[in-house]
Amino acid sequence: MKRKLPWILFGASVALILVGLKLGEFASVLEKAVTVCLDCIGIG
Amino acid sequence: MARQRTRRWVQAAAALGFNAYLPNWLKGEIFQGGIKGTCLPVLNCYSCPSAIGACPVGALQNFMAALRFNLSVAVHQFGFYVIGFLGAVGSLVGRIPCGWLCPFGLIQELVHKIPSPKLRIPRGLTYTRYVITALFVFALPLLLVDEYGYGQTWFCKWICPDGTLIAGIPLSALNSGIRAQLAFMFKWKMAVLVLFLAWMVLSMRPFCRTACPLGAIFGLFNKVSVFRMTIDEGTCTSCGKCAKSCPLDIEVHTKPNSPDCIRCLKCVDSCALGSIGYEFLRAKAPAAPAPAPDKAV
Repeated sequence: MKRKLPWILFGASVALILVGLKLGEFASVLEKAVTVCLDCIGIG
Repeated sequence: MARQRTRRWVQAAAALGFNAYLPNWLKGEIFQGGIKGTCLPVLNCYSCPSAIGACPVGALQNFMAALRFNLSVAVHQFGFYVIGFLGAVGSLVGRIPCGWLCPFGLIQELVHKIPSPKLRIPRGLTYTRYVITALFVFALPLLLVDEYGYGQTWFCKWICPDGTLIAGIPLSALNSGIRAQLAFMFKWKMAVLVLFLAWMVLSMRPFCRTACPLGAIFGLFNKVSVFRMTIDEGTCTSCGKCAKSCPLDIEVHTKPNSPDCIRCLKCVDSCALGSIGYEFLRAKAPAAPAPAPDKAV
């Protein structure tokens, strides 16, 4: 079981990524990432 | 030593690779290519002019901050893409990205080379990164929202010194429009940055150990990741050389997969008996050369 656990976690994580992509989350991340983050640079 | 030289080159290459769009350092703009929606496995502010990917900490906060508004307008986005990405990286290699890829980790290691008295970070203080992650990345963005249901990116806004260093300073220097808007928050973030820079001189990787959400999250996987450190209990004499060599003050021979471990592998090099190794998939670290008799203690 100890040997399988990381692969179970990895598989679940990949599944989450796929669900996120299906829900359009890549586009949401991109939208934020291509805009200057005012909070990050100390303006927000 | 050869391994540590290799690690330094990998860190430098990763810092350059994750911030490859260098022309923007002259323009005062940020890279806006389509690949920027791809998360990077490191803390690297996506408002850095040359950043080519998304910081997962910033991306995750944005999902938390927008969750309640999104649900109110039937947009079902929960941050699965970012959470899955963190889980995939963590379950494969744990904190290897911290030790080998993170540009802010490299900065901290270089600043720590400035000659000065060196201070250990109390073990208790290293738990603050979990509190900061839970509060500033998840709870506050999710719970403190405006009348429309939008929260804020609390970690980016109040804590992250990386954003100030690689985004705030260059953008405000190069872009007059941004410079004109600087006010209290910029001074606050500069103060946090200066505080961490001073601490970096005195202590090894203080930000990673006390405040970094990525370190906190990836560290949780260290014990269960595919890549893991191993101790040969048959040959280990508990001499403590590995603990002395560890830049993060880990008792490696008792906790080889501590959540604090960034997998720099200095302990592997330090063990004259070859008792410390690592395994990934089915490959194991090559055995260290047999020790000279006078060192075999």
